[in-house]
Amino acid sequence: MRHLINPLDFTKEETDKVIKLAEDISQNIEKYSHTCAGKILATLFYEPSTRTRLSFESAMMRLGGQVLGFSSAQSSSASKGESVADTARMISCYADIVAMRHYKEGAPAVAAKFASVPIVNAGDGGHQHPTQTLTDLLTIQKGRGSIDGITIGLCGDLRFGRTVHSLIQSLVRYQNVRFIFISPKELTLPDYIIEEVVKPSGFPYREVSSMEDVIGELDVLYMTRVQKERFFNEEDYVRLKDSYILDHKKMALGKDSLMVMHPLPRVNEIAVEVDKDPRAVYFKQAQNGVYVRMALILSLLGIENEILEDSLC
Amino acid sequence: MLNIDSITNGIVIDHITAGKGMRIYELLELDKLDSGVAIIKNVKSNKYGKKDIIKIDSITGVNLDVLGFIDNRATVCTIQNGQLVEKKKLDLPDKLVNIVSCKNPRCITSIEASIEQVFYLCSAEDHRYRCQYCEEELTQE
Repeated sequence: MRHLINPLDFTKEETDKVIKLAEDISQNIEKYSHTCAGKILATLFYEPSTRTRLSFESAMMRLGGQVLGFSSAQSSSASKGESVADTARMISCYADIVAMRHYKEGAPAVAAKFASVPIVNAGDGGHQHPTQTLTDLLTIQKGRGSIDGITIGLCGDLRFGRTVHSLIQSLVRYQNVRFIFISPKELTLPDYIIEEVVKPSGFPYREVSSMEDVIGELDVLYMTRVQKERFFNEEDYVRLKDSYILDHKKMALGKDSLMVMHPLPRVNEIAVEVDKDPRAVYFKQAQNGVYVRMALILSLLGIENEILEDSLC
Repeated sequence: MLNIDSITNGIVIDHITAGKGMRIYELLELDKLDSGVAIIKNVKSNKYGKKDIIKIDSITGVNLDVLGFIDNRATVCTIQNGQLVEKKKLDLPDKLVNIVSCKNPRCITSIEASIEQVFYLCSAEDHRYRCQYCEEELTQE
């Protein structure tokens, strides 16, 4: 039985297979509408989330399956002190697959140890968010036709932004990627990501503090929110939250083929005026999140019927 | 000159980095043994200047993972009938289970009391470990 706790739990080949399946789903969604009939997804969300939970639920419903779960720790047995291990054992009796979000880092890994059904990490604190990474990869693949050879700028909170770390870890498995890390000095990438992930890849990278200086070089600009919940200190948050705001003026410096991505929700780091620019793909990205979760559910449940086999040949 | 009798059947943990003897004694839970245990601190060492030594007056199982993690410079000598029968050098263990705790307040181990504390070796070169759950690097006191 497979789980997806960390984006690197899947090999590059497995990741590419999920992305390919998601691409097919995006073009032929009707074909998949009954593939999970009779299956149940449990969404165990110990902290609030709008898009990730609804995206998982939408994915399972579009596959013809059903959904149960809770959307906050207060409405679960956690409020009575039940351990993650016991919840995982219990939910294995009720559902065929589980998507878990937890405010503590590593909680889905604990669940995977005790569950007898596949566990998908739907975000664990500031740690990992593998389905967001799959969504990002699918969005680049669909937008450019290939992930190889891109120049990607990652902008904003690179220190605490889990989506950024996961995406970098996945991108180094592709070919000829160039990284430009754009952030204030307080929010630069952690050293271990540079030392253990970026440098060993041999791919060129730069750390800069000005978006304007580099936006013209980029194929993909990946914006992130400066997240209040990752700071222990309110003053630091207020000082840094508006560090980089993308607007029309900065967009004018970008290539015509630039893709602007954002894991959402945004606060004010992308001006609303940018939404109408065809290069802004963050809402398509949210749509891709459903397709990729559909593909992931099918993969983890091992549902390989003739329709899927035919479509991937 | 301090004299400690040589042992006939037992274990000598030698070449312990000076000052780490007590920590090893505690982590190996040698206080729970019935047999005699001697901790010798700050002994002169030609190779290292100073070292600690632990002598255990019985053949007992020593958790080499604990020892390798705390001080992989140490050697473990098994003595039988007054003769050295085995001398082991230590490697850094690939995995540490319930030896140290994760200090990351955001880690699930901070609230999930029943699970094992597990760290894996991420770099043997510079002795770095990460928590299996939150991947926070282990910082040694």
